[in-house]
Amino acid sequence: MKLFKNLFDSLRPPFEKGGKFEKLWPLLDGFETFMFVPGHSTKKGAHIRDGIDLKRTMITVVIALVPCLLFGMWNVGHQHFLAVGQDAELMEKFIYGAIKVLPLVIVSYGVGLGVEFIFCIKNGHSIQEGFLVSGMLIPLIMPVEVPLWMVAIATAFAVVFGKEVFGGTGMNILNPALTARAFLFFAYPTKMSGNSVWVATDGMATVDGFTGATALGNAVEKGMAGVPPYMDSIMGWIPGSIGETSVIAILIGAGVLIYSGIGSWRIMLSMLIGGYVMGMIFNAWEANAYMQIPAHHQLMLGGFFFGMVFMATDPVSASQTATGKWIYGFFCGLLGILIRVVNPAYPEGIMMAILFMNVMAPLIDHYVIQANINKRLKRAKVAA
Amino acid sequence: MGQNIKIRRGVDIKLNGAADQKSSPTSTSTVAIKPTDFHNLIPKLVVKQGDTVKAGSPIFYDKLHPEMQFVSPVSGEIAEVIRGEKRRILEVRVLADKETVFETHDVSNASNSDATAIKELLLKSGNWPLIKQRPFDIVADPGKSPKAIFVSAFDSAPLAPDYNFILKDRGEDLQTGIDALAKLTAGKVQVVTATNAGVFGSLKNCERHVVNGPHPAGNVGVQIHNIDPVNKGEQVWVVNPQDLAAMGSFLRTGKIDINRTVALTGSEVKAPQYFNVTLGTAVEALTKGNLNDGGLRVISGNVLTGDNVGGKGYLGFYHHQVTVIPEDDEPEFFGWIAPGLNKFSLSRTFFSWLTPNKKYNLGTSQHGEERAFVMSGEYEKVFPFDIYPVQLLKSMLVKDIDAMESLGVYEVAPEDFALCEFGCTSKIDVQEIVREGLDLIQKEC
Repeated sequence: MKLFKNLFDSLRPPFEKGGKFEKLWPLLDGFETFMFVPGHSTKKGAHIRDGIDLKRTMITVVIALVPCLLFGMWNVGHQHFLAVGQDAELMEKFIYGAIKVLPLVIVSYGVGLGVEFIFCIKNGHSIQEGFLVSGMLIPLIMPVEVPLWMVAIATAFAVVFGKEVFGGTGMNILNPALTARAFLFFAYPTKMSGNSVWVATDGMATVDGFTGATALGNAVEKGMAGVPPYMDSIMGWIPGSIGETSVIAILIGAGVLIYSGIGSWRIMLSMLIGGYVMGMIFNAWEANAYMQIPAHHQLMLGGFFFGMVFMATDPVSASQTATGKWIYGFFCGLLGILIRVVNPAYPEGIMMAILFMNVMAPLIDHYVIQANINKRLKRAKVAA
Repeated sequence: MGQNIKIRRGVDIKLNGAADQKSSPTSTSTVAIKPTDFHNLIPKLVVKQGDTVKAGSPIFYDKLHPEMQFVSPVSGEIAEVIRGEKRRILEVRVLADKETVFETHDVSNASNSDATAIKELLLKSGNWPLIKQRPFDIVADPGKSPKAIFVSAFDSAPLAPDYNFILKDRGEDLQTGIDALAKLTAGKVQVVTATNAGVFGSLKNCERHVVNGPHPAGNVGVQIHNIDPVNKGEQVWVVNPQDLAAMGSFLRTGKIDINRTVALTGSEVKAPQYFNVTLGTAVEALTKGNLNDGGLRVISGNVLTGDNVGGKGYLGFYHHQVTVIPEDDEPEFFGWIAPGLNKFSLSRTFFSWLTPNKKYNLGTSQHGEERAFVMSGEYEKVFPFDIYPVQLLKSMLVKDIDAMESLGVYEVAPEDFALCEFGCTSKIDVQEIVREGLDLIQKEC
């Protein structure tokens, strides 16, 4: 520990103002504050402060994502060996999956942090931690067979146009991770949908009856007949984006987020209600086979839970008022299921719904706050 | 009868070093009166170094209200006038005589006087600055008439003094103070307690309310907001209970009451307890021989809103507590992932949630660097107002006066945001933003 401290102390001079690498200061600062939470003491205001900082907050979210990541790795292997008709041990599946998934994680973090560093150097800011979470979210919402260069482009696009153009962490309107996915969805539709990207086959011959389609893809064609059993949908051993399939793993993450106070339970709960309500409406309508899927089963499919727990709750792009969060979450759920069922060309209605509600969130907050303002005005008039 | 209010949003930060309920006398050779304690005041000095003064003699007055005198708490010689940038007066130090000689005022008619006479008496005797006002959290404007006067009879801040203990024998002084205040307002004097027991339970000529809940339940701003909120153009005055007793004592004796009972608290105090001190005492009079070794921060006031006065500093005019905590500027190795059993947090991101009743020795570390607003709903958890704190702060940052007014700026003071500042993930100095926002409104309106 002392060793690292001395190392940083000896490294610092050329990076300081007037030094040779003055412009690269954010780089050194980023690494140093990564190893040591800086020892600033309070100068103004409250003399003691909460132990939490943005790094801790972001790391807590990353920890909440670990169950999804681990399960996703296993499931990639599991789906692979199912598809090619081989038996495999748990570790074998996991290692196969890890080999497939880790490069995505590395590319996402490498490109994202690289872009962030460039912006920080250019603006002379210190590194803000927002990307720690985005960098983990991006691979988890990708199909396993997505080419690495696409992940790189999408990540760069998301960081630049999803975040930095608005002023960086805390200023963005859209969730950066979903921006990355939406970018790929519209720019490379053939690689982000269809039946060939969800299961890694490595070009090997597949067993009879294997389609590689996701539950949502099947549901569009065959309705309930194409959907995996309820328990499989919850446990998550079905094809899909890497991290989205297991409701159990996601709920462990949700537990961490809610208990630690980082994630908004209001948004999660209201989105669940919204999705369920829309599911029930379709169940009552029953215009096609897709609509007949019971609401409680509908919610377990696709990215609904992952979006609910990790995407909709992004504090920067969600509504910020408590009342606003209820409204925002409800419509995320409602619209998500609506888009998914009514327009099968967009199987991932959840992504669309959350991005749409990200844009609407400031408007919702505006009306919630206006109500508070009106209440105050009324009180002043009564008093006057 | 008054209301019974339950505050739900807030938090009690559990610290080591609460004061034992016993008090000891102290003596101080110098006292200081600090114009900086009275926010936005422009002081006009009437003494110079070497002058001799009595206890109750004017030291300076308010440029905008020349009738408002700020007086010496002791008799003696003006030792030094400490100035800062642009020759701003920071402190006037007075060397105290062994025996205190008082300036006396005629108070024989005080109980029958009308509002104008009481005001005049309080202004010229130096008692007026004990009354503060909302909005703006400054010394009350004697030209205005408040719609109510609030006395928060308990302090809920960390390690706060217990006024029921400090004032247990001062019932008569308190009642005299309240009777005088009652004449100054068209409305009522509202006394807010945490329980019905104790010395405040028997006060008359006022309305009593009971407020329960975690800090900031004892903040007078929270109480006003729940009982009789301030609208634009209105004023509410507030007085601290011990200051109220001092005012009552003056009105009974004609001599300014310079005695205060102050709690010496904090994890770095060997024997935390109460002390009887002189207004504006050197904090050394309390802390001498009673502190642990190491780098310490001596705070006049509590850990959330107090001033860092240093070991050689002086007690603030409105402070009834001195807190000593460890200075902490050690970087933490991988602090963002360490379990953090010794860190107190409003979130449960540290494993200290395993020990909910633990008391902490919190130091002055900021635990991180300033960032943009990211988290939402965080301030609201500790901000028991029907006001959107983040939106109000943002309106202050962009200096949008209309937005500030409509979002409720007249109802808040920096201290009401102290817990938001404590809990802020992004380490934003919230109280300073609020103060600057209030200053702007005060200047423009």
